[in-house]
Amino acid sequence: MEILVCARRVPDTSENEIQLNGAGNDIERDDLVYSINEADNYAVEEALQIVAKSGGTVTVATVGTDEDEEILRREMAMGANQGALLCDEAFSGSDGKGIATILKGLVQKGKFDLILTGVQAEDGGAQVGGMLAAMLDYPFASLVNSIEVLGEKKLKVGREIEGGNKEMNEIDLPCVLSIQTGINEPRYVGMRGIRQAQSLEIPTYGAAELGIDSGSVGEAAAKVKRDDYFVPALGKGAEILQGSNEEIADKLIELMKAKGGLQ
Amino acid sequence: MVEGTQAYGHLMVFGISAPILILILQLLGLACFSYIVYKRVAPLLRGQRDERLDRPVLRVQKVAKFWLGQWKHPRYRVAGTLHLMIFAGFVILATRAFYLLLFGLSGDFAAPSAIGRAYDVIADYAATIVFLAVSAAAIRRVVFKPARYAVPEKYGKWRSVDAIFLLALIALLMFSESLFEASRAAIQAQHGMPPEFLPLLSLPWVLLSTLGAASLTTLWNLHLGAYLADVLTFYFLLCYRPFGIQFHIETSLFNVYFAKLDRGTVKPVRWGVSDEQLDQVKSFGVKTFEDFTWKHMLDFYSCADCGRCSDNCPANTVGRPLSPRFLTIKARDYCFEHFPVFGSANNSHALIGGIYSEDEVWSCTTCGACEEECPLLIEYIDKIVDLRRGMVDEGNVPKSVQKALKALESRGNPYGKLEKKKAEWAKDKEFQQTCDVPVLDGSHGAETLYFVDSITSYDDRIQAIGRATARILDATGENFGILGASEKDSGHEVRRFGEELLFQALRDHNTEAIKAAGVSRIVTSDPHAFNALKHDYKDLPPVEHISQVIAREVKRGSLRLNHVEDAQKVFTYHDPCYLGRHNQVYDDPRAVLDAIPGLRRVEMGRCRDRSFCCGGGGLMLFYEPQENERMGVKRVQMAAEAGANVIVTACPFCMVNIEDAIKVSGMEGKMTAIDLTELVDQHLVRQEPKAAETVNEVPTHAHA
Repeated sequence: MEILVCARRVPDTSENEIQLNGAGNDIERDDLVYSINEADNYAVEEALQIVAKSGGTVTVATVGTDEDEEILRREMAMGANQGALLCDEAFSGSDGKGIATILKGLVQKGKFDLILTGVQAEDGGAQVGGMLAAMLDYPFASLVNSIEVLGEKKLKVGREIEGGNKEMNEIDLPCVLSIQTGINEPRYVGMRGIRQAQSLEIPTYGAAELGIDSGSVGEAAAKVKRDDYFVPALGKGAEILQGSNEEIADKLIELMKAKGGLQ
Repeated sequence: MVEGTQAYGHLMVFGISAPILILILQLLGLACFSYIVYKRVAPLLRGQRDERLDRPVLRVQKVAKFWLGQWKHPRYRVAGTLHLMIFAGFVILATRAFYLLLFGLSGDFAAPSAIGRAYDVIADYAATIVFLAVSAAAIRRVVFKPARYAVPEKYGKWRSVDAIFLLALIALLMFSESLFEASRAAIQAQHGMPPEFLPLLSLPWVLLSTLGAASLTTLWNLHLGAYLADVLTFYFLLCYRPFGIQFHIETSLFNVYFAKLDRGTVKPVRWGVSDEQLDQVKSFGVKTFEDFTWKHMLDFYSCADCGRCSDNCPANTVGRPLSPRFLTIKARDYCFEHFPVFGSANNSHALIGGIYSEDEVWSCTTCGACEEECPLLIEYIDKIVDLRRGMVDEGNVPKSVQKALKALESRGNPYGKLEKKKAEWAKDKEFQQTCDVPVLDGSHGAETLYFVDSITSYDDRIQAIGRATARILDATGENFGILGASEKDSGHEVRRFGEELLFQALRDHNTEAIKAAGVSRIVTSDPHAFNALKHDYKDLPPVEHISQVIAREVKRGSLRLNHVEDAQKVFTYHDPCYLGRHNQVYDDPRAVLDAIPGLRRVEMGRCRDRSFCCGGGGLMLFYEPQENERMGVKRVQMAAEAGANVIVTACPFCMVNIEDAIKVSGMEGKMTAIDLTELVDQHLVRQEPKAAETVNEVPTHAHA
């Protein structure tokens, strides 16, 4: 199975102190460290596990600049066969639809049976996967937390339903799936792998190679524009349970049952 | 010689004369033994390289102390004493065993010429003592069943069968030798010859007194029978030993000679491969059995299954799925099965998921208690690290640890905190008024570098240890500074968690930063950083732990300490693994405590080289073990049992674990923990009156 995983480089929320910039329209980007969007990393791991069982190759693609290449190398160190950097000045400032348009260009260049995205980017809006599927006229399943290959042309996918339920679906290939974190346990990428991946060749594709009209992507074509960015004021939400340890434990269990955390 | 012995030369069995038969028997025994040993050596030849031929004088000294001197044995009184007796007996009896074997080859069935009367007497007593000692050891195993010999169900069958069979064979050997002597003496007596002298109360003497009335024929048959039994038992034992724990009789000498010489170090990824060449190494660590070094395989052969390692292992004590004893035993079973004496080798199975589980390998805190205890100097930490290297290479790392490693890669600390905030602990306003800690960034020079390391830089609670250390250094008049943002994690646990290349990147970065600072010595308050800088880094200025500095300055009189304030407090010192066992700093911290006038100090049952790990440091704080209780909780109980209400330690990780344990076990108010630096800082006699107002900083808030 030929699998494409669409990935994105984002500021790592666990290793940065995210602060607003002076203008109040973005975060302060000096001194940030970046990594692959966590859900995308799960998607790559899932792709690698499918390929390990059913054969095929894994390609990881990202829309970005030279700086974003590092996440492709990281995922190749993890085991992905190819990387693809979709990079063009015309792409800059694309909204979700623009990104989906660019990715569609890559999908149509290759012969992918399965396209995976992370459920959402940590700094994004969970929109690209669905739009990409619609543009390609492929079936789409979101919030996927299990995949089983059923023969050549079909997958069985599990989806997480609000409240902790799960539904199982059969879906025809080729399709697009957005992958939920927790679907697997992504393998560790060590220094050794990262170093070995430094010398790998990663092709770059611009608008022309992807057959994309520059006017349909980028800032000019974006129909969603960020208007404001701020940290909401802290509300009241915490409840301190009082009483003896036993009473606290009882109340906690009650609360967890009430909120659906315990069955 | 006596009449009957003439007959031995003419004695025919199956048409073969007796001496020839004995010769054939012995040659068969030797051939068999040689073949088995050849098969046992085969995996060692396929194992990885291991450099163990350096420093022969030191190695011979080790053999003298740990093999011939049985140095570790008396740490367990009863078993150790029994083993000492058996071992000493064996050493003494080795000579007699060989001349007894030659005995049957001579036609007149006579000793080639006894080494001397005195030796015979000693040997008779030695055989008696060994006979009694193995009997006692067997009774101990069968009747008293010490807990450490028990085999948990998950690890398979009851191993004592092996041990008891071995003990029985040794007893048989001693008995047959003694019967041989006694029957000869009886024959001589019946012929009216002056009987051979048998020492009073020795086993041959006891046997002689029961043989007195037997007929000459019976005696002669007994004499020959005892000899045959002796030869057969000897060769059976020889050939049987390489099949189990009893193999240590052969391998122990080699195991001790080739033992690891450098404490606190970790073996290279591959011996003989430099750091620069590591890129060309195809696979890291131990994934299959042949990835172990030949010495580590020899360790597996040498284990006597005495259970001392696991008895002292804190992970095993708190119910983590790790027992160093079975780490070895399982590998030996694997080796025997896949490199069989009969048949060809069949080895390519992954060890993780096979004989070892992931959690088993991650459960080790590398505290070194097992290695400290092992009478045969078997190594465990290097094997654990090698297994982890293999797992890291396969991407098989627990998620919580992955996050910390990732943060170490991008930020140089496991918490993912900003580099520029590394020196913030020293910028606390109140602190800065009394003690200014310069960052050695080129504009400042200093004599001494205080290497702070991640936890002391970033953890709210532990920062207090940093400030106490700085104030103490200040009080000694030390011209010191810190690296600030250019100091990355020492990488001590990064290396021990198997992520060698990340460790090397951290090490190279720090080495460069330290050299650029131009200091002539390094001090640290973190034993893990201390061990890393001392053993894992190269070509650095001399490194000291703060407890060594304090002890020296107290002795010199440049640090003076006030009388202890609360007379109700009873202190006990908890030895951090990487200060104590791995670096042998036991006395300095205690000397510092004893230098505080009026301080009452007690020792815990497990102290010094038997100290009980608090739960592990560095990345171990990120690992979520499967365990029944926390090591720290056990340790706090031990302190309470010793009658202490203050645990003094000298390691930031011990502080985190022990303070947590005090909370978890509901001992708050009854037990407190304090770092040695904090305690000294509290009791410092300040030079300037101004500073005296801001003496105490005993933080009460929780760590981050």
